[in-house]
Amino acid sequence: MAQTIEVTGLRKRYGDVRAVDGVTFAVEEGEFFGILGPNGAGKTTALEIIEGLREADEGQVSVLGMSPWPRNPGLLPRIGVQLQSSSFFERLTAREQLRTFGSLYGVPAGKSDAMLELVGLDGKADVPVEKLSGGQAQRLSIACALVHDPEIVFLDEPTAALDPQARRNLWDVLREISTGGRTVVLTTHYMDEAEILCDRVAIMDAGRILRLGPPAVLVRGLDAPARISVASGVLTAEDARLLPGADETGDDGVSLTISTRDPSAVVAAMAAKDALDGVQIRGATLEDVFLEVTGREYRA
Amino acid sequence: MSAYQSFKSLSRAMYLGFRRDRSALFFTVLFPLMFLVIFGGIFSGQSTPKVEVLKIGQAPVLEQALAQGGDELGKVLTVTAASDRADALRQVAKGDVAGAVEQRGDRLVVHYSAADQVTAGTVRGLMNSIIQAANQAATGQPPAYTLAIQQVEDDSLKAIQFFTPGLLGWALASAAVFGASQTLVTWRTKGLLRRLQLSPAPIPTVFAARVAVSLAIALVQFALFVLVARLPMFGLQLEGAWWMAIPLLTAGVLAFLSIGMLVGAWAKTQETANAVTQLIVLPMAFLGGSFFPLDQAPGWMQTMSHIFPLRYLNEGMLNVMSRGLGPGSVLPQIGILLGVAVAGSLIAVRLFRWEAH
Repeated sequence: MAQTIEVTGLRKRYGDVRAVDGVTFAVEEGEFFGILGPNGAGKTTALEIIEGLREADEGQVSVLGMSPWPRNPGLLPRIGVQLQSSSFFERLTAREQLRTFGSLYGVPAGKSDAMLELVGLDGKADVPVEKLSGGQAQRLSIACALVHDPEIVFLDEPTAALDPQARRNLWDVLREISTGGRTVVLTTHYMDEAEILCDRVAIMDAGRILRLGPPAVLVRGLDAPARISVASGVLTAEDARLLPGADETGDDGVSLTISTRDPSAVVAAMAAKDALDGVQIRGATLEDVFLEVTGREYRA
Repeated sequence: MSAYQSFKSLSRAMYLGFRRDRSALFFTVLFPLMFLVIFGGIFSGQSTPKVEVLKIGQAPVLEQALAQGGDELGKVLTVTAASDRADALRQVAKGDVAGAVEQRGDRLVVHYSAADQVTAGTVRGLMNSIIQAANQAATGQPPAYTLAIQQVEDDSLKAIQFFTPGLLGWALASAAVFGASQTLVTWRTKGLLRRLQLSPAPIPTVFAARVAVSLAIALVQFALFVLVARLPMFGLQLEGAWWMAIPLLTAGVLAFLSIGMLVGAWAKTQETANAVTQLIVLPMAFLGGSFFPLDQAPGWMQTMSHIFPLRYLNEGMLNVMSRGLGPGSVLPQIGILLGVAVAGSLIAVRLFRWEAH
């Protein structure tokens, strides 16, 4: 498949801070690509260099075969960008925002209603942006990035500061826009989001990419134990330790947790004892991958 | 995605943003208009002071003069019959009327108050001329000499003639400086400037749109001011070359936009931009001759006024709109304002930043 974005040896420093410190990756056409990392990892800086907002100190960037820097009017209509701040014209309604952005790209005014529908804001067309909720504003901001039907969309932390319900709503929108061969590049500091949405994830910290691959592959490569928990009292800690395949057990008074590398054997044995009351099985997550590669807890 | 299309939609967005901003509308349009109405109202009666006199008993000399003097005398003198002498004198003492008159045989006695020398002098002069005229008429001869009076400025000393260009200059300056600084700061802090950088719209269209919207607002301000000032109650008289005010105010708006751009490029937050804009516009309006005629200001103030671009706009508008000077008279002012616009823009471009940090 064609490489839509190619980044090689990217570096950017601000004074003594190496915001981006040698980043190399490629995004394929139609891919949903995530850049995951805590705040200050250098995600936004990397993204802004790729979009053409900043000049890299070192390294090459190619987007759709073109260089984004300096400002490249040939490339701009083919990419869509949602910035971290909701960049709206003051006191304009949702529909007027879309029309204004659309007209900068030569999009007919009628397109804006279709976009509002796509992000589920058709009922808010005439509401001024100042009166939209955080989630609605983010969806409008994404619609503005998509109004000219770009081949690549860059989304910088679209779900930051949203409540869980609004985040889930937005995920549906994001899945929707990635269909039809469009390439999506997303930065996020939410592990679950990256795991659910992205085809491939680059885990970034302190300006470097530490791991790169499909979330499931990264998690599997970790060889981390699964954790099985049941309600306290269903099984004693002693009995649990004797189960075949159980590595460690612990009981915090609410739940009994067994960690194991052979979850099927443990669950089978628990079933035989009829001790599956309130059972939960949790595999390793990207969070564990992050802990493994950085040696520190993930703090978003 | 033609440049024209971008220009049009950005102008529209800016215009709607302005029209829906109640406080901007108030401070740049209504507030100065309110000043015009108040100042125009306060000072409108000033030019024709009327002398009010009480008549004690019968005064045939006075009645005859009024009957013969007709309109001319009636314009400056009102005579009311007093109920009694003591009351009439009390009213003179209190300053409610300019004087009280009674006729004793061939003598006309004028009671006046020394508290107000100017009024007293007017009453005495007026009564004296009535007696002179009566004496002259009594000889049966036509008068050998007559007097005709004419004011040099015609009507141009009327307050509205000064306040309309002055307050309009203030309104134009605050709208343009506010418009430019607020747009720049808000768009930068909200990331809208960067968002536009990422669209294919040519960057100069962003600035062209701001200039176009500000000019349109300025023309609306001009029209509103002139319309209100020309209401019969204010009675503004537009002189021959008044239309030269339009190229002049265009140059003025460009100058003030460049100052606003400077403030907007420099200030980090909206609050700072607001405060700095006020600090520039208000003193400039005071010392640039928006609120009082500079001709009457002390010398140092007149000298100082030359550093304020608003001075040139006010002066130019006053010259063509009210003083009846020819169209060419404002060319120096237009030149100075355009110079300010160029210099301000050059500095603003150097200070310009795309983003907030």
